[in-house]
Amino acid sequence: MTRALTSHEFDAVPEVTRLATGERGGLPGVQSEADAPPSPDELRDDQVDGPELSARLAKTWGTEKGLIGALSTVDHKIIGRRYIITAIIFLFLGGLSAVAMRLQLAQPESKLISPDLYNQLFTMHGTTMMFLFGVPIGEAFAVYLVPLMVGARNIAFPRLNAFSYYVYLFGGIMIWVAFMLNIGPDTGWFSYVPLAGPEFSPGKRVDFWAQMITFTEVAGIAVAISVIVTVFKMRAPGMTLDRIPLFVWAELVNSFVIVFALPAVVTASAMLILDRLVGTHFFNPAEGGDALLYQHLFWFFGHPEVYIIFLPATGWVSAIVVTFARRQAFGYIALVLSLIATGFLSFGLWVHHMFTTGLPQLGASFFTASSMLIAIPNGIQIFCWIATLWDGRPVFRTPLLFVIGFFFIFVAGGLSGIMLASVPLDTQVHDTFFVVAHFHYVLIGGNVFPLLGAIYYWFPKFAGRMMSERLGKWHFWLAFIGFNVTFFPMHITGLMGMPRRVYTYLPEMGWGSLNLISTIGAVLFFASFVLFLYNIISSARRGPVAEPNPWNAGTLEWAAASPPLPQNFDRVPVVTNREPLWANRDSLPVVAGLSVENREQIVSTITHGRADLRESSPEPSIWPFLTAVATTITFVGSIFTPWAVVWGSIPLALALIGWFWPKTSTEDER
Amino acid sequence: MTAGSPDPQVPSGLLPHRIVLNARQMPSYSYGPRSPIWWGTLGFCAVEGMGFVLAVGAYFYLVFVNGTWPLSAPAPDLFWSSLHTVLMLGSLYPNYLAKRNGEREDLRKVRRDLVIMSLIGVALLGLRTMELGTTHVKWDHNAYGSIVWLLLGLHTAHLLTDVVDTIVLAVLMFTRHGHGKRFSDVGDNAFYWYFVVASWLPIYVIIYWFPRWW
Ligand code: HEM
Ligand SMILES: [Cu+2]
Repeated sequence: MTRALTSHEFDAVPEVTRLATGERGGLPGVQSEADAPPSPDELRDDQVDGPELSARLAKTWGTEKGLIGALSTVDHKIIGRRYIITAIIFLFLGGLSAVAMRLQLAQPESKLISPDLYNQLFTMHGTTMMFLFGVPIGEAFAVYLVPLMVGARNIAFPRLNAFSYYVYLFGGIMIWVAFMLNIGPDTGWFSYVPLAGPEFSPGKRVDFWAQMITFTEVAGIAVAISVIVTVFKMRAPGMTLDRIPLFVWAELVNSFVIVFALPAVVTASAMLILDRLVGTHFFNPAEGGDALLYQHLFWFFGHPEVYIIFLPATGWVSAIVVTFARRQAFGYIALVLSLIATGFLSFGLWVHHMFTTGLPQLGASFFTASSMLIAIPNGIQIFCWIATLWDGRPVFRTPLLFVIGFFFIFVAGGLSGIMLASVPLDTQVHDTFFVVAHFHYVLIGGNVFPLLGAIYYWFPKFAGRMMSERLGKWHFWLAFIGFNVTFFPMHITGLMGMPRRVYTYLPEMGWGSLNLISTIGAVLFFASFVLFLYNIISSARRGPVAEPNPWNAGTLEWAAASPPLPQNFDRVPVVTNREPLWANRDSLPVVAGLSVENREQIVSTITHGRADLRESSPEPSIWPFLTAVATTITFVGSIFTPWAVVWGSIPLALALIGWFWPKTSTEDER
Repeated sequence: MTAGSPDPQVPSGLLPHRIVLNARQMPSYSYGPRSPIWWGTLGFCAVEGMGFVLAVGAYFYLVFVNGTWPLSAPAPDLFWSSLHTVLMLGSLYPNYLAKRNGEREDLRKVRRDLVIMSLIGVALLGLRTMELGTTHVKWDHNAYGSIVWLLLGLHTAHLLTDVVDTIVLAVLMFTRHGHGKRFSDVGDNAFYWYFVVASWLPIYVIIYWFPRWW
């Protein structure tokens, strides 16, 4: 039952002309099917309300039961949850390999782990942390949260998103299975040539590494494109550019960095595998190739990689800081501009990883300067967060504690980074444990601590239950202390000259006690994760039931139920403020008129967020999964014979056709 | 039941709705930048374009490192590759027609245009096969051969993908699915074809002409 709108209901809501474009779909003068009036038999959400509307929409947007249903799902929340859990499992696997290394290094001349296994361990650790945890975890949160935060019902390209998850999963499984069969890669997480080339690394180890890169980067790029288009085109009406939540901005900039950085590492690893498998000479100086070409390509990706890991974390921090400070972000525009500046600058710096390769003097100075430049946007962001907290009424719950831990650790990492950005010092401590200490302060401070905060923060939304605060506080202190005990001493062992990537050292070097402290710290740090896991599992089963908005936050994901129903929102919200739920405390302005029986979404305009189309969103389909299987067979097969690419492309093409072929009786065929 | 007034049946804690906009009359699809797929296509063009840029960068890096170029091989033949390039340029017009007739939702003409584009695509693949036979160097010969084949392989993969895509779309338009939003897909397919052509031109110049000028 539609009814006339009365004028007082427009309080704070702009006139309809500013919320919707009112344009036709077809081109001028064309009698387009796009503009055909909707079928009168189809039930729309201005005709039903309340629990009946919820139930009907949940059926329309739901996922079928059973295995086929689970593998066909296109629900961004289900895929996002799988993505998050998988990335965290890889974090644990990477952590376990680190603990193994630390046990070996605890005392001089230890015989626990053979040199060959140690090489595999640090390679698996670095590779897992960077490619299977660091990049995916930020994207995983985007998959779950971005559609909710922009008020959409699903991500743009939900099938691509599902495909991406399976490709990522299969790539990760492949490399860990290879490791367990003792064919794990052993040339470090960046697999430099000539060491990783055909001459010095015969066998299949490096091939698995190179194909793992292909898997994860294909997956990463697919998600990045889905996220960009979701933010551009799926925003709720009224969500102008300056009302986009900071977390969403961070994920948007991150997706752009991914789109431009990941092709470089795919190119590098593709050339590497071609050199190894079909005898090309990209990196072979004897035939006109060049080993430094690999380093340039790799670090063109590798430096932005650090920001791919860091940018989503800034989004987590912004969301948590604003909610717990109980005020809008201080310096929203400055924060957004810093994010964008970080995105651009992250590409200007790759050469600083190659200072010791003998670049021309002027070039080196230029890169030192630009390495330091990136401290400016980072500084601005930290300043804005602190100002927000300062001026607000902060509530020190667990998520905020982890954010504060992040401030301390990340700033410490930044300081040792500034030391490294000077060419003379870098030359001195290059490839020592000083560098290991530095990048763990940056990576764990800049990503893992905010992540833990983010999990405490969004867990009620994901699981519908609260996590234990008491255990959370214990977890925080154990993690903070464990982390510093592990990594602070490494600065000193590094300055004392201990090189990285050595499986043991002699007692005379005097590095023994510091290493022992580091190992004790690592065990403490690991224990904190076990506590965390316990907190997650016990809270998921017995925690207090969460309200839709337990923290009293302002962004739209908290307008959905906890956990959200398949349709996210019973009606698509209309946004009037940067923190929509703080602006509309007793009722939510919404759009009506979408189908209840078919998956319809609002498509809006990029800058003004005006509603433009009501487009249908893809139904569940098994084909993305099958396409991922075909892709996996092709990639893994190619390690053994280049012909796999030829015969593998046939099932791949068939699966893709199945994917894109419209189904009968679906949304397309009404 | 009034949609809008605070509703006692709303699940606990969820805000009641206040309807301020109705989407009933909005169109169900559109063309170009108004549709999400167009942006997705653009995104993939950006990723793949980046791949081309990096491969071209690697090409010149190797030229720079070696000084002499091409390494111990004559420059590749111009005949088939130039024919290929001319046909590619020629395909721009029917491609434009396909896009335009798609936007006009003129099924008969769209079918015709897509059949023409599919035939051109197949012919281009044939010419590419001939072209690959006249490079005078193999990928495992030296770094020059490697990078030439990388560029050719990369572009051929794009060519093949879009030709298959065009054929599938052409078949689709002859089935009962050929209406509505599929017309918008025709436009996006044409858009991607422009990218395939545009990325070829610099590669053609680099592979076939640059070694003659160096
Ligand atoms: C449980 C916590 C962790 C511990 C105890 C730990 C320990 C270590 C140690 C001892 C090394 C040096 C190995 C060597 O050079 O001999 C190392 C390397 C490395 N770690 Fe961690 N780490 C932890 C977490 C992380 C995380 C969360 C990340 C990234 C997000 C990370 C990324 C790396 C990378 C990229 C390397 C270099 C690998 C290589 O040399 O190829 N680590 N880690
Ligand atoms: Cu860097």
